[in-house]
Amino acid sequence: MNGFAHLLTSALVALVQLALVAVGGPLLLGVMRKVRSRLEGRVGAPIHQPLLDLRKLFTKQRMRPRESSWLFGVGPLVLVATVVCVSAISPLATTRPPLGQSTDFFAVIFALLLGSVVLALAALDTGTAFAGMGSSRSMTIGALCEPALLVAILAMAIPARTSNLPALVRAGLGHPALIASPSRVLALASFLVVILAESGRLPVDNPSTHLELTMIHEAMVLEYSGPDLGLIILGESMRLAFLLGLLVNLLVPWGVANRPGALFFVIGLAALAAKVLVTGVAIATFEVFTAKMRLFRLPELLAGGFVLALLGAVTAVVAR
Amino acid sequence: MNHVSVLISVLAGLTATVAGGALPIRSRVGVAVLLTWVSCSAALVAAVSVLRSGHAIVMSTSKILPLTGISIVLTRLGAVFVLAIVMVALASTLYWIGYASHGLSTRSASSALPLFVTSMILVPFAGGVATFLVLWELMALTSLVLVLTDQSRREAARSAAQWYAVMTHAGAAAILLALVLLSAHAGGQTFAQIELHARHLSGALRGTIFVLALLGFASKAGAVPLHVWLPKAHAEAPGPASALMSGAMVNLGIYGIILVGNVLLGGGPVWWWLLVSALGVLSALYGALYAATTSDLKRLLAYSTADNMGLVLIALGASGMFAASGSRTTAAIAMVAALLLMFNHSLFKGALFLAAGAVQMVTGTRDLDRLGGLLKRMPVTGVVFLIGALSVAALPPLNGFVGEWLLLQSLLHALPSTNTAVVITVAVAVAALALTGGLTVAAFVKAMGIGFLGRPRSEEASNALEVPATMQLGAGLLALSCLALGLVPMLILPSLELGARSAQHIGVSSPVHGWISLHLFGLRGVLAPSLLAGGLFVALMATVLARRVSHRRSRSWPALAPVEPWGSGRRTQTVRMQYTSTSFAEPLQRVFDDVIRPARDLNVSPAAESHYYVERIAYRTSSDDVIERVIYQPLIVAVRRWGRLARKLQNGSVHRYLAYGLLALVIVLVVLA
Repeated sequence: MNGFAHLLTSALVALVQLALVAVGGPLLLGVMRKVRSRLEGRVGAPIHQPLLDLRKLFTKQRMRPRESSWLFGVGPLVLVATVVCVSAISPLATTRPPLGQSTDFFAVIFALLLGSVVLALAALDTGTAFAGMGSSRSMTIGALCEPALLVAILAMAIPARTSNLPALVRAGLGHPALIASPSRVLALASFLVVILAESGRLPVDNPSTHLELTMIHEAMVLEYSGPDLGLIILGESMRLAFLLGLLVNLLVPWGVANRPGALFFVIGLAALAAKVLVTGVAIATFEVFTAKMRLFRLPELLAGGFVLALLGAVTAVVAR
Repeated sequence: MNHVSVLISVLAGLTATVAGGALPIRSRVGVAVLLTWVSCSAALVAAVSVLRSGHAIVMSTSKILPLTGISIVLTRLGAVFVLAIVMVALASTLYWIGYASHGLSTRSASSALPLFVTSMILVPFAGGVATFLVLWELMALTSLVLVLTDQSRREAARSAAQWYAVMTHAGAAAILLALVLLSAHAGGQTFAQIELHARHLSGALRGTIFVLALLGFASKAGAVPLHVWLPKAHAEAPGPASALMSGAMVNLGIYGIILVGNVLLGGGPVWWWLLVSALGVLSALYGALYAATTSDLKRLLAYSTADNMGLVLIALGASGMFAASGSRTTAAIAMVAALLLMFNHSLFKGALFLAAGAVQMVTGTRDLDRLGGLLKRMPVTGVVFLIGALSVAALPPLNGFVGEWLLLQSLLHALPSTNTAVVITVAVAVAALALTGGLTVAAFVKAMGIGFLGRPRSEEASNALEVPATMQLGAGLLALSCLALGLVPMLILPSLELGARSAQHIGVSSPVHGWISLHLFGLRGVLAPSLLAGGLFVALMATVLARRVSHRRSRSWPALAPVEPWGSGRRTQTVRMQYTSTSFAEPLQRVFDDVIRPARDLNVSPAAESHYYVERIAYRTSSDDVIERVIYQPLIVAVRRWGRLARKLQNGSVHRYLAYGLLALVIVLVVLA
């Protein structure tokens, strides 16, 4: 009976976390757009507009380019599935998520990478110039992001002596000095650069562009419409929310539930939402004052991220 | 019992060789394949029993090879390599049945292929220097014959074979020198004798031996800068042979390094392993970069082999360094990671090369820019390639990811070491590993996306049909094992741990354990590949369900309407507007311009009426191997110049030759006096 109750609680925790990310992702997008509009002197769409858009998209007809194969339809599914899977088992609202024992940071990142890779393949499946261009550019950025990302994880994992994600968050709660340590600050700065680049925000990609030649991510998904496009928008916004959630929990873990109990979990949910909201608003504000970088200047930005991470790793080794 | 299976393996392999050369064309390949299977199965039985019992198989006879005799010893380390080779060999020979009509049913090919397989399987059985070198040479020569079999590309094959012959013999010379030095100073030519005495040799001598052996074996494994033959030979070899070379033969280079470095010399100082890691970092980065930018499907795979062997060398070097600086657990984990990376590579690269061979057989080209749309036309081959590509990109839930994770964990937990060199190497290794990973992903998205997806870029690609069932089965077998090992790595890990332990003697019995979730011994690191895969699967099903429910509720749309894709207002889009592999790789090529230094040629011819109108633009870019251009071409030029000088000595005049003889005699007399 106890085992069953435990299983039930775990499933509930997973589902609630998942629901928060699934609803929070599009809402975060809405908030960021609203902040941007306001700062630019416009009224902007209501915050829940992305949710309305999704509802509309799901009622539309599904279409596919004439020469595409089954992979075209699978791309959005895998993208959403990877985010769903990792947001259920990651320490977002609680440091004891289901299967948390085996929630490895590297595994989470590689699972998310699976989603982007399958989407990039699906883009090439359309057989058009724009999608190919988007796919190529997004893979280039991805290839240059990965060094920064892995070394950043290493820099965080060395002081904690593990790459287990819940353990990393707990280590921050237990030893606040760890968070203020130069290694983690540098690593998280690098992580932020990677998040911006991977989720196609400024200064890497302009999420609201309408010119095909300047697009990266939007070009890649140009052929999608209806429910498939809905899934992609949902998946991308969930991924942004998820990654920001990880970032804030590694940076300011306070509020996250560190012991069993429904109350702590609810507080954890609220804290997570508040922290991600603040970060999202900050990013949106930053985007107003930033121009998109030229594609071939991006390696410099990402190399900068990599150097930050490497410095973090080196300080981590020196400090111990 | 074990002795019998070794004998069966040898005899069946030799009979297959004879049968392949002697039988008429109709039965030749079938009989040779059956006998090769017998040989493989017998070797598999021997390997499994060695792994199980831990008792090495020891046999020797002085009757066959004069002076030294043949000595056969199979340890657990060797058994691991036999397992990997047998896996690839079973699949590729099965594939060979369907491929044979494509130029691989000649007498020379059908006797060279079984002999190649047998000699590869037997290399880890070698228990003495002479036996080892004979088998090693046999393996090199038979694979050389196989590189030359593709008659349709004679010129390219001949040039590739020439490179291969020179490089493999230069490597063999280095190995010969190392092993002869070793046996001369250790007072015996069997490995057991050497192992006993090699510890007492001087440090300088041990270092020399190790470096020589490393150079020789690393060139077989395709480590940069000794890799130049690999993209040529592996690309020109016909389907099953290229899978065997890239999936199995390169492993033996790794085997050689472990054999000399860990077993015979019993480990060494940090600088040895620093050298190994440095070679690994260089190969991984260079291989991945060229894989990401080349547009020849099989060359891409070959460069990726150099990249993957680089990862194995990084793990091997890390393991040696950790052992030398006293952190035993991480050393053991890194060694297991090296063997796992090697084993995984055999499976996925075997599958990828078999799939690429099928594509080449059907379309007659390896140029990605002339392929496309093959997933719909060759569904099984396409899925095999997809699984292989995701696996080589180290994505869960496939086997490549587990190996990479293990390597990352060993590097992560090794950092408390006080040795500065180790710390710096580890940081550089992780950075290199990460960049390599990113480039590999890009390379294989390109290979899969341009080669198999989208619209066909040529007549041949649009008329492609799926290959015969045996070929699908052979390639599919390897792809399925990638999946199986990705879900349950414990299917192979215990064997690899036994192999690693017999190589290292550092007394950590099972550094990685746990069937569902992998636990690391004494460290906080857990990975649950099957649970992760299960989670992904459940999430995928839930998403499918959600899409279906929300969609059906709305209105009854037709299932999935095929439409013309968006072309910026153009009515129709031609195939030439699709992205090609060259354009896909262009941003990366531009980022790494300083490394690759591609040759670009842009010709704009204006129209006669006005030079503002462009009549024709010709753009050509070629990125040949920069190491080949910078290091090897000058070397070739120098050798050729020496050759020309030497030719002056030899002008055909008998008088001059008599004078040479007299001169030689005088010199000999002077020296003796």
